[in-house]
Amino acid sequence: MQRRPQRLLAASAAALTAVTLAACASSDRDSGEGGAEGESGGTLVFGATSDPIMLDPAFASDGETFRVIRQVYEGLLTNELGGTDPVPALAEDWEVSDDGLEYTFSLRDGVQFHDGTDFNGEAVCFNFERWFNFEGLAQSPSASTYYQDVFGGFASTPETPNIYAGCEAPDETTAVITLNRVTSKFPAALSLPAFSIASPTALEEYDADNLSGSEDALTYPAYALEHPTGTGPFRFDSWDRGNGEVTIVRNDDYWGEPALLDEIIFRAIPDGNTRRQELQAGSIDGYDFVAPADYESLADEGFQVLVRDPFNILYLGINGGGIPGAGANPALQNPQVRQAIAHAIDRETIVTSLLPEGAEAAIEFLPPTVDGYAEDVTTYDYDPDRSRQLLTEAGALGTTLRFFYPTDVSRPYLPDPAAMFQVISQNLTDAGFTVQPTALPWSPDYLNVVQAGGADVHLLGWTGDYNDAYNFVGTFFAAKADGLAKAEFGAFNNPEIFQALATADAEPDPEARTALYQEANRLIMDYLPGVPISHSPPALVVAENVSGLEPSPLTAEVFTGVSIDG
Amino acid sequence: MLRFILRRLVQLVPILLGLSILLFAWLRALPGGPAQAALGERATPEAIARYNELFGLDQPLYVQYFRFLGRAVQLDFGSSAQTGRPVTTEFLERMPGTIELTLFAMVFAIGVGIPLGYLAARKHGSWLDSTSVIGSLLGVAIPVFFLAYLLRLLFAVQLGWLPGSGRQDVRMDATRITNFYVLDGLLTREWDAAWDAVLHLVLPAIALGTIPLAIIVRITRASVLDVVNEDYVRTANAKGLATRTVRRRHILRNALLPVSTTIGLQTGLLLSGAVLTETVFAFGGVGSALRDAIFTRDFAVLQGFILLLAVVYVLVNLLVDISYGLLDPRVRVR
Repeated sequence: MQRRPQRLLAASAAALTAVTLAACASSDRDSGEGGAEGESGGTLVFGATSDPIMLDPAFASDGETFRVIRQVYEGLLTNELGGTDPVPALAEDWEVSDDGLEYTFSLRDGVQFHDGTDFNGEAVCFNFERWFNFEGLAQSPSASTYYQDVFGGFASTPETPNIYAGCEAPDETTAVITLNRVTSKFPAALSLPAFSIASPTALEEYDADNLSGSEDALTYPAYALEHPTGTGPFRFDSWDRGNGEVTIVRNDDYWGEPALLDEIIFRAIPDGNTRRQELQAGSIDGYDFVAPADYESLADEGFQVLVRDPFNILYLGINGGGIPGAGANPALQNPQVRQAIAHAIDRETIVTSLLPEGAEAAIEFLPPTVDGYAEDVTTYDYDPDRSRQLLTEAGALGTTLRFFYPTDVSRPYLPDPAAMFQVISQNLTDAGFTVQPTALPWSPDYLNVVQAGGADVHLLGWTGDYNDAYNFVGTFFAAKADGLAKAEFGAFNNPEIFQALATADAEPDPEARTALYQEANRLIMDYLPGVPISHSPPALVVAENVSGLEPSPLTAEVFTGVSIDG
Repeated sequence: MLRFILRRLVQLVPILLGLSILLFAWLRALPGGPAQAALGERATPEAIARYNELFGLDQPLYVQYFRFLGRAVQLDFGSSAQTGRPVTTEFLERMPGTIELTLFAMVFAIGVGIPLGYLAARKHGSWLDSTSVIGSLLGVAIPVFFLAYLLRLLFAVQLGWLPGSGRQDVRMDATRITNFYVLDGLLTREWDAAWDAVLHLVLPAIALGTIPLAIIVRITRASVLDVVNEDYVRTANAKGLATRTVRRRHILRNALLPVSTTIGLQTGLLLSGAVLTETVFAFGGVGSALRDAIFTRDFAVLQGFILLLAVVYVLVNLLVDISYGLLDPRVRVR
């Protein structure tokens, strides 16, 4: 990409400045940095949708925070490059005891944190103990989100079950983690950036656990804002909050192959059009969440559109349990009516006309790449006549469906909610339903209403966090504390499904577990609590001169191998 | 004069009190609330209840209000739910950007608008006149985000003359003193940094300044047309004053009075226009922060920023009132 004239101007002015600098006391520039830009690496500017929230992995739960954390930190495990399977990172290898409760991790030797302290078994246990012993506001569900999701409760909340029993470091390169019960989330969940291993010294020095706050907000300590210290290929350099710029620089003491770039600047540009134009103008080198409509035109202009494998699900949720008082349509409790909805939807047309290239029609609530995906679930092909017949048999022809869909939002699995609504709504009408549409702003109105069971049918989806079936089907259909499913699916009561999910989650043997999840998926698709619609591939884009960025289905790209020419 | 200023400042108190009550009630009445915003799409009711308890959102509204007010008096508006930093710090860090942008936009609107309006009036009925009238109609009607898109397409993507977003090149290593980037560049003699900041201001300033520009053109034109037919202009012409003197002293000066009122009002309005402009230009000012706060239901930022902006708004209008006196001795305050 050509440098634009104003950069030339800036560069020549920089030379001028270098001359005046010597005489100028108030400027704090490094005098060496006048214009002699590097022999190697260079700077990559990446357009993000927003600033990170903060940079302590233990309190992170959103994509833009993770994007930075993935470069600065590492966990015991990571995901294979371009895939979803967990592979060794700071742990070189691990063994599981026969009962599935004890994990022995052999740690990489000679690794140092960015502050120069050693990474070892004690550091690993320090982090696990830190999470388990969170107090006060650190226990807030908005702070330690993923810890609570995976591990459950804390040392000081024995009433909430947790799966962490303890951690021991018999020597420098070993960490033994014991669990209270077997779960399929382990060890895959350890590849989540939320479980990155941080320097114990830095955590203590900068008061990492000391979250304070007023009524409205958490205030993070200096550690999370200014001193994130991990072992990753890049070190944190600075964060210009007014302009939404986070700068990270290469860690020259990295244990593995060092990064190629000198530095990466993540720049927040909230508006999608602006991100595209800034890429075209050459002021950024790439950005994430490309609009599906731009895939082709950007590629035509010579940009590299990197399409990720689909790792998400879009579904039409059905309020089929009839939660008392929610006013859901009782007809939906009849399996025939739910089947009529499923047969009414023309998924192939949706995939070809509304979703980006590479999207697939879904037959169950799991992407095909996840272990536990069953090929032989009951499928419901597009067949409006069959729908009509089922409805007639059920005496429900003309049934009114309150169909909710979101506005002001574009999700990787749902790029254009209004268009999606229109197609499905037409399908349902053709099959003999009466559709009563309601559009609500995505957050929090839409989510509030549909998650409280306020809609008859609604559009929603999910992008997986790690390669585990429970992360999808467990999130949707596991029984809550009251023994019923989520209100979103009408709090239905199907003990068979609940039991199947619980058994699968608790099975230590991977192969047996896969079979159990397949069985759970068959049960789910027989019962039909909603209609799975599609898996669609989100994309990022980089300029022609950027190479080495491997798209990840988990949106977990690491920039170590990325380089930029000219 | 001093008493006048003091009186105006005292009037600020009931305005701010009223505004704070309105804001507080309005924000709490919204569906969802901060817990849902902070916890995201999969939050369980238990998690929301726990969040509300932790942050005191389960307290009666009046208790929450008085706590808020007590802190607000000390300029403590709490911390942003998104960044965890004090709202006042965020505001002070971002306000300079918005002030720079507003200033540039006004300079553009006034610098182009007054001469154009004046010329249109002098060439009344000519092509220049009708073009400027139609143009100003377009200027008022065109949405800012669309204009931003066009400007960037032309000047940043196609021609490559101007940067399309941000306040300064991210690769620029500039010293920050006041957070007014242009000023900082001048103070530290980092001329490249100052020039780069100026270049970054051009497109957003044009986008933001278009509406005031259009209005200023129309008001100036109408006002000049009025004044030209006044008796004193005829008298001045009759007594043989040079055309130039008549135009400058008698026509323009008198015609500018209504224009200055407009400028004052428009400057205040620019603060709200900045929300959209700063967002589409990813410009790190108060406006883009407000926009983020709206989307994330960041109550602390919304409350704090809107109250602080109200103070700025009142101060701007106070300045305008004082400036009247300079133009027109008749309204000079005693």
